Amino acid sequence: MSPQSAFAPLPAIIRRDLLLAMRRRGESLTPLLFLLMVVSLFPLGLGPDPVKLGASAAAIVWVAALLSVLLSLERLFRSDFDDGSLEQFALSPCPLPALVLSKVVAHWLVSGLPVVLAGPILAMMLNLPGHVAWTLLHSLALGTPILSLVGSIGVGLTVGLRRGGILVSLLVLPLYVPILIFGAGAVQAASGGLPSDAHLLLLGAQLALALVLAPIATAAALRISMS
Amino acid sequence: MNRIVQFFHKTVSPEYFYWLSGKLIPWFIGIFVVVLAFGVWGAFTAPTDYQQGESYRIIFVHVPAAYMSMLIYVCMAVAGFIGLVWHIKLAEITAVASAPIGAAFTALALATGSLWGKPMWGTYWVWDARLTSELILLFLYIGVIALYNAIDDHRKAARAVAILALVGVVNIPIIHFSVEWWSTLHQPATLSKLDQPSMHPDMLRPLLIMIVACTIYFPGILFMRIRAMLLRQERRSRWVARLLGEEGT
Repeated sequence: MSPQSAFAPLPAIIRRDLLLAMRRRGESLTPLLFLLMVVSLFPLGLGPDPVKLGASAAAIVWVAALLSVLLSLERLFRSDFDDGSLEQFALSPCPLPALVLSKVVAHWLVSGLPVVLAGPILAMMLNLPGHVAWTLLHSLALGTPILSLVGSIGVGLTVGLRRGGILVSLLVLPLYVPILIFGAGAVQAASGGLPSDAHLLLLGAQLALALVLAPIATAAALRISMS
Repeated sequence: MNRIVQFFHKTVSPEYFYWLSGKLIPWFIGIFVVVLAFGVWGAFTAPTDYQQGESYRIIFVHVPAAYMSMLIYVCMAVAGFIGLVWHIKLAEITAVASAPIGAAFTALALATGSLWGKPMWGTYWVWDARLTSELILLFLYIGVIALYNAIDDHRKAARAVAILALVGVVNIPIIHFSVEWWSTLHQPATLSKLDQPSMHPDMLRPLLIMIVACTIYFPGILFMRIRAMLLRQERRSRWVARLLGEEGT
């Protein structure tokens, strides 16, 4: 088999996963609804004071985005594991890390991208100034793919388990700390009138690192889960 | 060269390691007790700090515990890597057996740190960089232990743990620096300035002795755990039956 055809399944997998998500629209919208509900819980807990809400808007939206990605991770490999497609992926001539990467890309398009787009709007509802919301959009766009990539390792390790869901959050949340720090830090800096480039660049560096390393770790984890 | 490989293969066989570690444990524990006695004596006779008074003495437990918490994580990841690459059962077991010891040291470092914080900073807990990264390290250890317990098959669980430990070890520097830049209130590291320590030699000496004591304690207690795990996982093999038979008669 030539190298070109070995990588031919990748766009097909993305297309298939997007199609599946379109067919189950209600399920695909859950992360977005979750984000909306978690964000709207905070004004109820903190009080409607606009100054206080504006100061914590970045952190609220970031934590909510993180949790909503975490919630949607469960679906990443579940159905493929249950119906045996994952084993076929592992046996195929296409490298498993590449297949994993295309699964993660499709997953991010379905559950990460809506969060990226909705996050700044929700933050403006929490009285975050408009130009700062722009920075929030950038930081979410760089950060949520890392959440999906790093999370895929945790899902890969726990996909064979009955109650993997709560375990995934235990495994993955400590690894999310740097993403949250730089993501929310960028917005915090922008609202203080400081340049946020450094935070965004560090997020970009983490994304580059995760893009290269996370699929390899996830593939190894999946092989163990399937053994 | 062949001899070395042979020796290596012999050492990592469960049966031989069980025998060897049984011989080594009393030595490790014995040396540990002696060094610990020196360390404790030094800790109590070291001069009182002119700023922090007597309460600084908790450093003799706090710093070794924090140091061990990181050392053990690295040991766990290295053992996990060896286990993953060469499929050595003993290395896998070493990685798994390290996790609870590391978690205990991390918890000890956190507890002593917060007890020290009360007289120094006036509060048990502050969200400062090193306290926070130590707390995240504890979460990483708990994740490893929880993952191992969640998977029924021992070898599969050990390999999963190895992957998680490796992912953690790649992430620890990132977590550390991110938390460092996020906020810092903690005093700068006391032992980083190796050329000219900022501590008085009379205080530094017992501290280093305590660190050595903890470092010797680790293999002693690790071998005990490995032996227990070996017996349980190899309970159907012939050497365990022979061993138990001998002890039974």
